[in-house]
Amino acid sequence: MAESSADLTAPHPSGVAAGGAAAGASRPPGRPRFARPRADRREIAAIFAGGAIGTLLRAALAEAFPHPATAWPWPTFAVNIVAAFLLGYFVTRLQERLPLSAYRRPLLGTGLCGGLSTFSTMQVEILKMISAGEWGLAAGYTAASIAAGYAAIHLATALVRRVRVRR
Amino acid sequence: MSALVWAGVVLIGGAGSVARFLVDGLVSSAAGRDFPFGTLAVNISGAVILGVLTGLALSSNGALLAGTAAVGSYTTFSTWMLESQRMAEERQYRKVIANVAVSLVLGVAAAWLGRLIGTSL
Repeated sequence: MAESSADLTAPHPSGVAAGGAAAGASRPPGRPRFARPRADRREIAAIFAGGAIGTLLRAALAEAFPHPATAWPWPTFAVNIVAAFLLGYFVTRLQERLPLSAYRRPLLGTGLCGGLSTFSTMQVEILKMISAGEWGLAAGYTAASIAAGYAAIHLATALVRRVRVRR
Repeated sequence: MSALVWAGVVLIGGAGSVARFLVDGLVSSAAGRDFPFGTLAVNISGAVILGVLTGLALSSNGALLAGTAAVGSYTTFSTWMLESQRMAEERQYRKVIANVAVSLVLGVAAAWLGRLIGTSL
């Protein structure tokens, strides 16, 4: 893969990269040098919309299946693994398959998958397990989340790339 | 659980995701893109805030809006895993291990610290 992993955290390559270069050329004198290139409003709107849907799904699942602190947090585990799979699928497809689109990545990746998955809730769940003395559960939940999340990304990426080989 | 609360979840979830994008962009452009510092900064700061909220023992609606919706959408598990997997593809295994280990250790420590702050407020 030629593309640097660092680009994954970058805003979507098409619009913003070009916009950044343009902004750099015509930067107003008062603007600090480290200011990031302006994200355009439609990109922000796409992230907002995707994030709203992802969050609604995650919150609905969390409310529907409450669990005690010492039980396996299925709602969080499920959304995280599903979001990881979807992100691997979307990002690989958008970067390596489809023509550049300024709004699909923000909508589906940054918005939907980012809103659907959560890191903070997982950390607090682990903390509560540790506080309750459930070290085995904490270790198991942590290891399973990372193993399954990583595997989900790997699998989704491989699935997208396999399609190209067959063509 | 009223419709108003769920409308709040939707709006706050959207806003939290936009906040993640902006903070990630700011940190990444300041710290460089050799390592996913942007996601790390978002996730650790989110873990502190959710820890504080946990310590505050909010009402169920408060916890849903401030915790699940706001902080939950602000932090991300999927990007953390994606960035780790992509670094592994480039055989940057030390960075992968560092990204996973540092996020976990700092994440739990941040949640613990936040809860300590929240309970003493």
